[in-house]
Amino acid sequence: MRETFIQAAYLVASALFIVAIKLLNSPRTARLGNGLGALGMLLGAVATLFYREVVRYEWVLLGAGVGGALGAWMALRVQMTAMPQMVALLNGFGGGASALVGLVEVLRKIPEGEDSALWLLTVGLSILIGAATLSGSLIAAGKLHEVLTGRPIVLPGHHYQTALWLIVSLGFVLWPLMNPAILPYGLLVASATILGIWMVLPVGGADMPVIVSFLNSLSGLAAAATGFVLQNYLLIIAGTLVGASGFILTTIMSKAMNRSLWSVLFEAVGGQEGATLAEGRTIRQTTAEDVALMLSYARSVVIVPGYGMAVSQAQHAAKKLVDALQQKHIETRFAIHPVAGRMPGHMNVLLAEADVPYDLLWEMERINPDFPQADVVLVVGANDVVNPAARTDRSSPLYGMPILEVDKARTVVVLKRSMNPGFAGVENELFYKPNTYMLFGDAKRSLEAITQSVSEG
Amino acid sequence: MSELLFALFVFMLAIFLGFELISKVPPTLHTPLMSGSNAISGITLVGSIIAAGSEENLLSIVLATVAVAFAMINVVGGFLVTDRMLKMFRRK
Repeated sequence: MRETFIQAAYLVASALFIVAIKLLNSPRTARLGNGLGALGMLLGAVATLFYREVVRYEWVLLGAGVGGALGAWMALRVQMTAMPQMVALLNGFGGGASALVGLVEVLRKIPEGEDSALWLLTVGLSILIGAATLSGSLIAAGKLHEVLTGRPIVLPGHHYQTALWLIVSLGFVLWPLMNPAILPYGLLVASATILGIWMVLPVGGADMPVIVSFLNSLSGLAAAATGFVLQNYLLIIAGTLVGASGFILTTIMSKAMNRSLWSVLFEAVGGQEGATLAEGRTIRQTTAEDVALMLSYARSVVIVPGYGMAVSQAQHAAKKLVDALQQKHIETRFAIHPVAGRMPGHMNVLLAEADVPYDLLWEMERINPDFPQADVVLVVGANDVVNPAARTDRSSPLYGMPILEVDKARTVVVLKRSMNPGFAGVENELFYKPNTYMLFGDAKRSLEAITQSVSEG
Repeated sequence: MSELLFALFVFMLAIFLGFELISKVPPTLHTPLMSGSNAISGITLVGSIIAAGSEENLLSIVLATVAVAFAMINVVGGFLVTDRMLKMFRRK
């Protein structure tokens, strides 16, 4: 009887998760969806407390109290600019929890003589995926938080080493099938942890959106594998849904960079520090006052934000400029490249924080046909995603990547700290075009200066 | 054994359902979808609660309690931060 009630609660929780993810697809319903997801989680957790096996509550309460407080503290305190590392960390904790549950099951059931092949296999996979997700996410968060360098870290024969750790880990997963024992699972924790670290170390900052969504997918799969271990359908359903959604995002991100997940994981781009800068080519510098003048004669303005906007926290300054321009009845929009920033949707979150309505944010496919009619394009801290070499230069590492075609606009102003090349270490032809002007300096200050001149003018 | 096979059917259906559900997400929602669905993957919480409430030896209890804490960070942090983000999204 008791069991039936618990399973009924799980059934409702599964339905709530499905509806939650469905509602997360539309901006109008997303918040409700998130709330329903939380409700499903609460229902699932409370129902679990009624299991006959659950005889002690003090440890559960201790873990839940500490974890809940930490989670809430992180969520309420984190800056919007730090969202990529926050998401990476959360992926990691989810994966870590799955690996730990798998490990506890091993400690309990192997001595009892568990020898079902499917069980041994899935418990191994939950530990493998979970532990690799935890260590990989910590490395990703470290890179995003700039505790570690954002550039690829590549050891000699790195990818062979990664492949080796994967094979070794799979070996530890299969070993117990022949001879069930606890030891291989302990070794598996170690090898999977190394695998996760090795997998993420060579991934550079610009490839981070791909790896963050990939880790998201893995955290779901780890939960699903744990569901197999516990024969808990709620875990299988919820984990698989997340695995699928993370996988779809990974595909979208890879496409937007014209790279496969394989090449992101195994072919580091941007290792070379400071690419060669063309000597003797002329660029046109400009001042904030001149940009303000250009803007006030414009009818259509497009702002292209990139990671540089996040770094200098320029989103509020950008919003003020938009307000000033709109007051003068100048049409102003943002053009968002799918991989601008360090995680999927990074720019959208930052601009939402600055109170920019999301219908001013135009996706790449929608805005590209409009660039020839744009009078002024302001490129704020974006580089590789506006490099025309992606269209024209077969030898460029960026070749084939879909870009925002800002070079087709009447005038382009690039706000940039210095002439350093973008993350991929590739020279940007855009800077040397006759209709491009460079405005050097901190993006936030530059935008503020432009806004001031626009308002006064 | 048959129960695990049944679980494989559930798994397969959930894969197809997942792809159907998330085929057309607007880029504006990429981050909230990721953090929100991530919070859902904290469902391992259920497994860790059973373990922390039922295990007998100390090592298992400690591991399970850490698992509860990890899963709770994932769940509470994920849902709260997603709500914080979604609150900011608005139309003109």
